[in-house]
Amino acid sequence: MTAVQDATRLRGHELAARLRSGELSSREITEAHLEVAERQNHALNAWLVIERDKALAEADAADARLAAARAEGRHAVDALHPLLGLPIAVKDLVSVAGGQCTAGSRILEGYIAPYDAHVTERLRDAGAVILGKTNMDEFAMGSSNEYSGFGPVSNPWDLDTVPGGSSGGSATAVAAYHAPFGLGTDTGGSIRQPAALTGTVGVKPTYGRVSRYGIVAFASSLDQIGPFARDARDAAALLHAVAGRDDRDSTSAPVPVPDDLLRIPGADDEAASWLRGKRLGLPAEYFVKGMEPGVEARIREAVDALEKAGATIEEVSLPHTDYGLATYYIVVPAEASANLARYDGVRYGRSIRLPGADFIADYLATRGDGFGPEVKRRIMLGTYALSAGYYDAFYLKAQKVRTLIKRDFDQVFESGIDVLVAPTSPTVAFRFGARIADPVAMYLSDACTLPANMAGIAGVSLPCGLSDGLPVGLQLIGPPWSELELLRCGRAYEAITADAAWRALEPAQLALADDATGPTPAERAARLAA
Amino acid sequence: MAGLTRADVEHVAFLARLRLTDPELDRLEGQLNHILDQYAKLSELDTSAIPPTAQTIELENILREDVAGPSLAVEDVLRNASATDGDFIVVPPILGGDAA
Repeated sequence: MTAVQDATRLRGHELAARLRSGELSSREITEAHLEVAERQNHALNAWLVIERDKALAEADAADARLAAARAEGRHAVDALHPLLGLPIAVKDLVSVAGGQCTAGSRILEGYIAPYDAHVTERLRDAGAVILGKTNMDEFAMGSSNEYSGFGPVSNPWDLDTVPGGSSGGSATAVAAYHAPFGLGTDTGGSIRQPAALTGTVGVKPTYGRVSRYGIVAFASSLDQIGPFARDARDAAALLHAVAGRDDRDSTSAPVPVPDDLLRIPGADDEAASWLRGKRLGLPAEYFVKGMEPGVEARIREAVDALEKAGATIEEVSLPHTDYGLATYYIVVPAEASANLARYDGVRYGRSIRLPGADFIADYLATRGDGFGPEVKRRIMLGTYALSAGYYDAFYLKAQKVRTLIKRDFDQVFESGIDVLVAPTSPTVAFRFGARIADPVAMYLSDACTLPANMAGIAGVSLPCGLSDGLPVGLQLIGPPWSELELLRCGRAYEAITADAAWRALEPAQLALADDATGPTPAERAARLAA
Repeated sequence: MAGLTRADVEHVAFLARLRLTDPELDRLEGQLNHILDQYAKLSELDTSAIPPTAQTIELENILREDVAGPSLAVEDVLRNASATDGDFIVVPPILGGDAA
């Protein structure tokens, strides 16, 4: 491989160093990634749109910024954000002015975002290069990306399996070396679960850490934007770029974003030393029925490694974990049904106007035609749960149980536990169609991730090995605003397992994804369904 | 908890402004009842003394002065509407008219 081709295999911080040394330009880095993304999109369907021209213009602007900083002196170069000139894959529910923003739904086909989301502005400030917009479950409702209005996504580890969801496109783009960085959103696991299933790092920040201005709303008391990357340091750098208070989202918190996110140690010894004296909790309720033995084995090995490196491991209890799923699937549909009421075909989006009919008939037709099956299911559930006579029994009851779930976490962290260690997903990537017929089976995919959303706290998923040749995700959960500590813990885990054989493996079917004449993910799914 | 009848499903679909086909209604009746069965688990918990959690980070009301600021250009806002007339979005009639 030449230096340019090889660029796609480098992490963000490695690319940043080569950019600053002059070994690679942003244009070279961007072209290398665009080439792989375009070549593999037939087989993977990770991207809903690849914006080659815009990306190259942003790359040239980044190269110009770097040149200007060099002319000014060392301090100006040092002041540049590590994301400068580096490619990123953005989930297609984040507004990027002048481009599409479908949220994976046919009802938003043709919609052009009139403004930048807060996170988009922050990416532009940092000088990141947006390669395009990635596939996702419709309105972020799903755990497999099979509910996208624009076809499923293949997991590069096994093209007949799903990448997880809802941020399946961003996860796949990062796993398949289309970009070193990705942005997703996590309402019940939509960053961490696909990160686990694709062998990438994903961060669900504390609720309020990142402004939601300019993203398509799903469940507003839970949604958070967060990073994908191929290691903890890169995830930290991206979080640093997008986090912080924004007046246009009143739920974004005025909590300082630590600059130490940019100083997570690269040296293994220094990184591993974080573990000494730390108290890690193993929540008993996360190691129960439905977990694949191979997943449990990898998690136990990771826990052993953390203990050997100096951490104390303590079994803890989060007694209301088992009530999380039911609580989540009341709160989320209720909030979603209210948020999605805006899609009426009048101001934007798909519109059906029936001649001579009244406006209600137009709404019924527009929404019945534009939304897919899972979105309809959740709107129905939410409308029912909020309807007269049922509010107390469903929504209010769920909010009270939510308090109990949150208190479980509060008590564990107040007892001195620094970080909770758990599986991200009870299973590895599953085959197309495996959970599509039974909504409850699909919902169970998020059983280990959704409690952190209910409590509003932070979680990270890191790759911790393979089971049956497919990636397993290690989840770290911490108290509010603990992202820096979680990523230091994650970096420490990376350091103590740096020599593990599985770390050298690339996604097993990456070469197959180069075949632009083979089956698409939709064709694979249809074949498996037959 | 009481199950949803087919008529309930149709009523909720109307409230949600979703036109559903007969096969969709059939499927949803079974699926929604299956999901509602899962909700029953919550009745195991006595929550009579537990306050509800609507948001997790305990922010107080965020207020600002009511002053005009720059806004989006009219053409950018109108570009996504299905029907426009000058600087206006054409909406379906909601007060009578031929169809009412």
